[in-house]
Amino acid sequence: MQLAKVIGDVVATVKDGNLSGIRLMLLQPLGPDLKASGRTLVAIDAIGAGVGETVFFVRGKEASFPFHPQEVPTDAGIVGIVDHVDVPEM
Amino acid sequence: MQLARVVGTVVATQKHLKFEGAKLLLVQPIGLDDTPRGTALLAVDSVGAGVHEKVLVVIEGRAAGEALGRKVAPVDAAIVGIVDRVDIEE
Repeated sequence: MQLAKVIGDVVATVKDGNLSGIRLMLLQPLGPDLKASGRTLVAIDAIGAGVGETVFFVRGKEASFPFHPQEVPTDAGIVGIVDHVDVPEM
Repeated sequence: MQLARVVGTVVATQKHLKFEGAKLLLVQPIGLDDTPRGTALLAVDSVGAGVHEKVLVVIEGRAAGEALGRKVAPVDAAIVGIVDRVDIEE
């Protein structure tokens, strides 16, 4: 899983039937310092996250598991909203 | 599997139900010389690892789900061991 900030959402009228009714969010992955790290991506939302929130998301087929047994064609999905991150000094 | 250093903890109240009771740790993959490799990620902890410890991480969905002991869990990384030492033959 990885930390990310929800920076927007994506609307697609024409899409795979198994994606209908599922929100698509635009994510910016974050490093441990909560600064942007890596490329933005689109993920399905399984938890009710909103724009501006810090979340964590899962990559791979497992991203579709919250919708099991529905086979959602995705490779990334938001599975939690982060309250806080604690990174102590080494 | 990959060697990593636990760098922090993450608290998320609102998360997928398969994460209930699971400990989420922020881990930084490291090379053999202990230097960071790539971006930090979130892993579920099934062995009781703590911050600053060197750990063994699986970064693959099925293996991570098995480590967590839950079927169809939306996870893609898990800590499966705490490293005592690494011996390298020259």
